[in-house]
Amino acid sequence: MDLHIAGQPPERDERAAVDSVLGPLQFGKLESHHLQQERPARSQRHLLLPVLHAINCRIGWISPGALNYACGRLNLPPAEAFGVADFYGLFSMTPRPRVVIHVCDDIACLMRGAPAICEHLAGRLGPAGAAKPSAKLTWLRSPCLGLCDRAPAALVSAAGREPWECALAPTSADALLAAAEQPERRPEPPPVAASLSVPQQGQQELRLLRRVGRLQPESLEDYLAEGGYEALRRAVDLGPERVIREVIDSRLVGRGGAAFPAGRKWEAVYRARSTQPARYLVCNADESEPGTFKDRVIMEEDPFLLIESMTIAGLATGCEQGFLYIRGEYPVAFERLSHAVRQARKHGFLGKQILNLDLSFDIEIRRGAGAYICGEETALFNSIEGYRGEPRNKPPFPTEVGLFGRPTLVNNVETLVNVPGIVLWGGRSFAGIGTPGSTGTKLFCLSGHVARPGVYEVPFGASLASLLDLAGGVAGTGRLQGVLVGGAAGTFLSPRELDTPMTFEGTRAIGAALGSAVVMPFDDSVDLSKILLRIAAFFRDESCGQCVPCRVGTVRQEEALSRLFGGHAEGVGQAPLQLAEIGQVMSDASICGLGHTASSAIQSALARWAEFSDLRQGSVPED
Amino acid sequence: MEKKKPVTQESFPFIASAPSPTVPVPPGPIPAPPPAASRNEVALTIDGKTARVPEGSTLLEACKTQGIDTPTLCYLENLNPVNVCRVCVVELEGARTLVPACSRRVENGMVVRTDSERVRLSRRMVLEFLASSVDVSTAPELQSYLERYGGQPERYGPAAQAAGEPEAGPAGVHAAPDGLTAATVAQPVKIDNDLYVRDYGKCILCYKCVQACGEEAQNTFAIAVAGRGFDSRISTEFSVPLPDSACVYCGNCIGVCPTGALMFKSEYDMREAGNWKESEQQRTDTICPYCGVGCTLTLHVQDNQIVKATSPLDQEVTRGHLCIKGRFGWQFVRGKDKKKSS
Repeated sequence: MDLHIAGQPPERDERAAVDSVLGPLQFGKLESHHLQQERPARSQRHLLLPVLHAINCRIGWISPGALNYACGRLNLPPAEAFGVADFYGLFSMTPRPRVVIHVCDDIACLMRGAPAICEHLAGRLGPAGAAKPSAKLTWLRSPCLGLCDRAPAALVSAAGREPWECALAPTSADALLAAAEQPERRPEPPPVAASLSVPQQGQQELRLLRRVGRLQPESLEDYLAEGGYEALRRAVDLGPERVIREVIDSRLVGRGGAAFPAGRKWEAVYRARSTQPARYLVCNADESEPGTFKDRVIMEEDPFLLIESMTIAGLATGCEQGFLYIRGEYPVAFERLSHAVRQARKHGFLGKQILNLDLSFDIEIRRGAGAYICGEETALFNSIEGYRGEPRNKPPFPTEVGLFGRPTLVNNVETLVNVPGIVLWGGRSFAGIGTPGSTGTKLFCLSGHVARPGVYEVPFGASLASLLDLAGGVAGTGRLQGVLVGGAAGTFLSPRELDTPMTFEGTRAIGAALGSAVVMPFDDSVDLSKILLRIAAFFRDESCGQCVPCRVGTVRQEEALSRLFGGHAEGVGQAPLQLAEIGQVMSDASICGLGHTASSAIQSALARWAEFSDLRQGSVPED
Repeated sequence: MEKKKPVTQESFPFIASAPSPTVPVPPGPIPAPPPAASRNEVALTIDGKTARVPEGSTLLEACKTQGIDTPTLCYLENLNPVNVCRVCVVELEGARTLVPACSRRVENGMVVRTDSERVRLSRRMVLEFLASSVDVSTAPELQSYLERYGGQPERYGPAAQAAGEPEAGPAGVHAAPDGLTAATVAQPVKIDNDLYVRDYGKCILCYKCVQACGEEAQNTFAIAVAGRGFDSRISTEFSVPLPDSACVYCGNCIGVCPTGALMFKSEYDMREAGNWKESEQQRTDTICPYCGVGCTLTLHVQDNQIVKATSPLDQEVTRGHLCIKGRFGWQFVRGKDKKKSS
């Protein structure tokens, strides 16, 4: 390939942004902290995403000069790099103001004041994204920021030589404008007690959340004092095969939504060692399902737990390199985990000689850049490798051909943090908790119309009603209209279905899915048609565009819904059939899970529409 | 020398099944081959019939051996399947979703249905989605599939007003639909050079041009997929015109385009003027006169004038791919050029 790079040379800042990741340009060798990890020689394309982040943070957008310089350094065709950069929602390919306010207007925030914030900002700054590049700041609407427990939420970012990002929740238009006033100084977000996100904080029976609030998240000392790294020592004593045996015995299944048995994945990756010495561990922390924030709370409040869990998984399956892919909208989690990785390395819990033994494992943190689809495991691999976050066709599965074409163990954050407990207390003891089909405890994300939103940990088996009770019952008007379970890709349930056990098998039995364990009740004042339209818009925005059923189907779905709810006489009659057929082709013929589930919430709500309508405020009660 | 007897229709089955004279022939009809497939063959059931195909074949190839015509759009023999159009999906017993025939490899014991209600619905919807969002007027193959599966693209409402150039704003932002019209990818035609035009209002995003420009043929990487979702599009970096990009004008992207979104400028001009008459064109194969590689050229001739040059996909030298000279360097044959030089 002859690299053809035209256009202007990079300016000083553009060059500095790229060099901050790749190191200064030197003839003959590329120096970078990324390259010191003795990864086998290959293209440097996997550094594209970190480089794009650096450019966007420094310049405020992906400028041609910077992109061209990056392409020269990475030996990448500019058209390809442009295609990758243009894929992500947090990057701008055109000049824009240095300060950007991303206002979440997704489901939970929609019910808790986001429309008023948007209206206020539109009045002050003009329509979303319309500000001139020379303006001081601009604002954009954002999909769920994972702060549903403290809705309404927003993320403010300021580009420059000292860039900063700040998630504000709960927030107001005035608070956002005040934060954006001083781009030189990062605003101090009001302190948020951990107990706000974890109302059960301090309770004895907690397993995954037991350290939350009891330690400084930045402190390795605190973590060690709270029994941290005991599980790693135990795992090292047990040896890989025994650890994997415990995970299999625990019958732990993936918590990311697909509910795949974790032990089977671990075993497959371990077995691949004979043919493929190089294997990878990937932790999927691209938590983007609307209404989901459990992984964020763990990462922010107990970052070392995740690092320890990944280390156990890496050593057990023989992966010497782990990647932790955090969604771009989680600045606090990114900072705390980066700090935790540095600390762990410094104190011999990561790196070449873990616990002073001949064991090596290290973790590289990667940030997403605003793409829900990158939570799909194969799209995540492509994103790390520097390609567009488009899912791959399966088979082959990641345990055979994963990251960089190697066997890869990919697990969700919550799945991994169950492992230390399994190692310490035994797989069989873990399997004794919960129900036979769903073992262990589960983190549920309660938001929307509940009295005390937050992450709740309960042993599997609790019913939907008891979860709502745990969170203080239905808030708002206090009268329940329906509950969204599993997020935008989940299912709407009616009050009639409140005794459904929140287990994998219990939800499956009624044609629903636990998904990412979102539980979002709506009171009887909510216009569910607006919520459905928001969900349809979400999938249209987040479809990667690779396959036709999802790329066009999500558009036609949103159009048919707005026809149905818009009251346009023409075509209303056809809309339900169209929606059903659109839903079927998306779930049957799409490449990945996004398309397969893009109609699920909408179809489930329409199936219960009469019930919801009867419950809605103002509807005539049947006497 | 003994003169060879011609092999006639009657003699053929005898030759094919003749046992060696030393082995006694059992009475009765010739037994069916044993059910277990041999090592390099895979047995599967397609639409109720057993098919035997070589290991490593795709379902598409297996269907072909059974005489089943599977619709394809993003598939081409000389490129790796990207399985993005999903029009070739078939039902595979035991699989939760339909699977793409073009890329799924055969396995022993697979049970496949290619014409079930589920398959027909998915194929019809995919074709409706494309025909309702893309200008398919120069994609006769897609139109014929649409007819075959009874697609009604007009049922999604009239096309929304063309929006002009696609936005280069951040991914994941769109205007709310009006509930009346159907969004399309309509946009102005890009004419920025003398050799070919890019009409992305006709693009179904099959990825083939990107493959041909990239590592599967030309290794130039002048174009890539940019944007996300319905705003995805084929683009150069920052949408610069082709002459400013890495393009070397090999035209291999035109060669693989299934919808006429990429077209010879000469063909585009003739179509605009209403002079393009495909049915009257003759195709003549010859060898490219320029260099020693010896690519096969198919010259498309209308009214005794060359109007287009292509290359057969099964041509073993370059598998249908050409360079700028073979693809475009035939104008000198034309009479008007001769006049000029005289």
